[in-house]
Amino acid sequence: MSFPWAEHYTPKHPVMQWIDEKLPLPRLVYNSIGAGYPVPRNLNYFWNFGVLAGLALVIQIVTGVIMAMHYGANTLVAFGTVEQTMRDVNAGWLMRYAHANGASFFFIVVYLHIFRGLFYGSYKAPREMVWLLGLVIFLLMMATAFMGYVLPWGQMSYWGAKVITGLFGAIPVVGEPIQTWLLGGFAPGNASLNRFFSLHFLLPFVIAGVVILHIWALHIPGSSNPTGVDVKGPQDTVPFHPYYTAKDGFGAGVFLILFAILLFFAPNYLGHPDNYIEANPLSTPAHIVPEWYFWPFYAILRAFTVDFFFVPAKLLGVLAMFASILLLFFLPWLDTSPVRSGNYRPTFRKFFWILIIDVLILGYCGGAPAEEPYVMISQVAAAYYFAHFLIILPLIARFEKPLPLPASITESVLNRTNIKGEQDALPGMGADPQPSNAG
Amino acid sequence: MVRIGAFLVGLFFAGWLLVSFLVGAVAFVSEPPAKTVEHEFHRDPKHVSFSFDGPLGTFDKAQLQRGFQVYKEVCSACHSLKFVAFRDLQAIGYNEAEVKAIAKQWAIKTPDVDPKTGEMSTRDPVPADFFPKPFANNVAAAAANNNAIPPDLSLMAKARHHGSAYVYSLLTGFQNQPAELLKEFPDAKTPQGLHYNPYFPNLNLAMAPPLTADGQVTYGDGTKATVDQMAQDVAAFLTWTAEPKLENRRRAGLATIFFLLIATGLAYMAYQNIWADKKRAI
Repeated sequence: MSFPWAEHYTPKHPVMQWIDEKLPLPRLVYNSIGAGYPVPRNLNYFWNFGVLAGLALVIQIVTGVIMAMHYGANTLVAFGTVEQTMRDVNAGWLMRYAHANGASFFFIVVYLHIFRGLFYGSYKAPREMVWLLGLVIFLLMMATAFMGYVLPWGQMSYWGAKVITGLFGAIPVVGEPIQTWLLGGFAPGNASLNRFFSLHFLLPFVIAGVVILHIWALHIPGSSNPTGVDVKGPQDTVPFHPYYTAKDGFGAGVFLILFAILLFFAPNYLGHPDNYIEANPLSTPAHIVPEWYFWPFYAILRAFTVDFFFVPAKLLGVLAMFASILLLFFLPWLDTSPVRSGNYRPTFRKFFWILIIDVLILGYCGGAPAEEPYVMISQVAAAYYFAHFLIILPLIARFEKPLPLPASITESVLNRTNIKGEQDALPGMGADPQPSNAG
Repeated sequence: MVRIGAFLVGLFFAGWLLVSFLVGAVAFVSEPPAKTVEHEFHRDPKHVSFSFDGPLGTFDKAQLQRGFQVYKEVCSACHSLKFVAFRDLQAIGYNEAEVKAIAKQWAIKTPDVDPKTGEMSTRDPVPADFFPKPFANNVAAAAANNNAIPPDLSLMAKARHHGSAYVYSLLTGFQNQPAELLKEFPDAKTPQGLHYNPYFPNLNLAMAPPLTADGQVTYGDGTKATVDQMAQDVAAFLTWTAEPKLENRRRAGLATIFFLLIATGLAYMAYQNIWADKKRAI
């Protein structure tokens, strides 16, 4: 698709020729994730996470479909059917723990994928559409994960649903009708559980659809790379297969080992004990917390404690929480620096690492109880979060003096092998900065 | 346009957060949050070691059977175990006949419909039945227990932080209210009908100390039934009821990781092999 030197699909076997004439599906696969897709040769391990996110989605769909076969979406039996799955279904405990921890791993790899994009400027022209579609996937994932957490109908399921739908109740005038409409009642109940189950089953397939668009949009300009320099010719690329399928195969192995360690030896580590208590509308848990992957946003939500004239603090928190995600849609037009890779942007790089620490602090505060000093810490951290994207990034783009870029991808690769001493120096090529693999 | 708008939105959110921070900080300094009795006197669970600790630990079946005996003779009077069936007891070392006998002789009967008259009645449980509940419903449970409903114990060891140690600590943690507590918080006297226990989140619980004297149960295997021993045994038993597949899970985990290590090693070698000509410059 992307470059003129891409290899062309030439089926040898008559059966494949026959299929290719009628329906060029093998050709599509070949051009998408096969030898027909030329990819920059210098990708580092941070480029593994897209494929890993796809793998995580497949794990979620497979385990989820099997879980659904044993689940009863009714408030009277939901908690019990999940326990039944854990105890009396063959390998049911494996499916359930794989699904619960698989959600966490899906978010881990997607967060790394997003931060890869932030550091290497993957959101910049000509890949804006890839970034926007990725954010759509992220939003769909959050909705899916939230509704999935409600299904076991434990205490955190119930109270989480109550708090999150309560956010809509903060909207003036129409808020409470919207909340009632979303829940199908005045509080989470059977109607809510049924619709959440239905949507939780539907949305992963919507995600799969947007993933196809995401990959399609990626294949128009082709993959970015750690130098951020455009591909100049065939010497800069290698075919996706076998080069990156091999590398992704290794990455998938490492991913699965880490996943297996958590799944088999600490399956409840990331969960909350309260969700092993059946939902009870009459007993509020001491601390209502969402799953860990929502903690940074939960901290932003709770950071607003002072009314802004006639706007109540709660509404501000809700607006800020949605804004904290929606602002990412504007990123390609906020960061106007023509240099993509953080490796060649000394000022940007420093602020990038501050942002990482800032988000980790927000995450920690979001999981902590809503008391001091956590609220004060999250107020400062949330202030930085907004300032980073909306004020600091546009200013850096204007005033930063980027480091000199390598002339081409191949040159940067040559340079790297040079310094390792594996290759004799080529004259005049030693002055460029070393791309660190940090990011 | 986008950047001007973004700048203003960013300025508003960041600015108002900093205002909120200042308001909060002033309040925090001028009026530090009052200490609560729970914060001062609640204690984390005691350290206690079990055979199933660590990533490769397994259940001690003799201990699980002793714990089951404690549940049967003490806890089951008030606490249900609704997700566990009699047949499950085979996993802790009882044979089929023993399970049948345990079910048949269970003090609480299983509610059923009389096959002749169609009226509600009860019958002896069979191995396929789940443990019958001691109270017909929550109202009956509350009425019999000073308005507190005894929670189901099936998942207790997973429904609390450090569940096994929590169960053990709670059962051995009943004590008189410390004098310094009443001195510091004169209003926090344990109310009539509740019992002070520093391992319980709000310090006072409705359950009276269930394990009161050594030898309260008589173990068949000759183990001395001290209160400490009984508490450990029932904590182990409840860990099994909460996670009956723990041993299968760990065994499957070892095999899976062993397989994945080999597969990943091969994948790494394939990766190195395929890239051998590209690692050097062309």
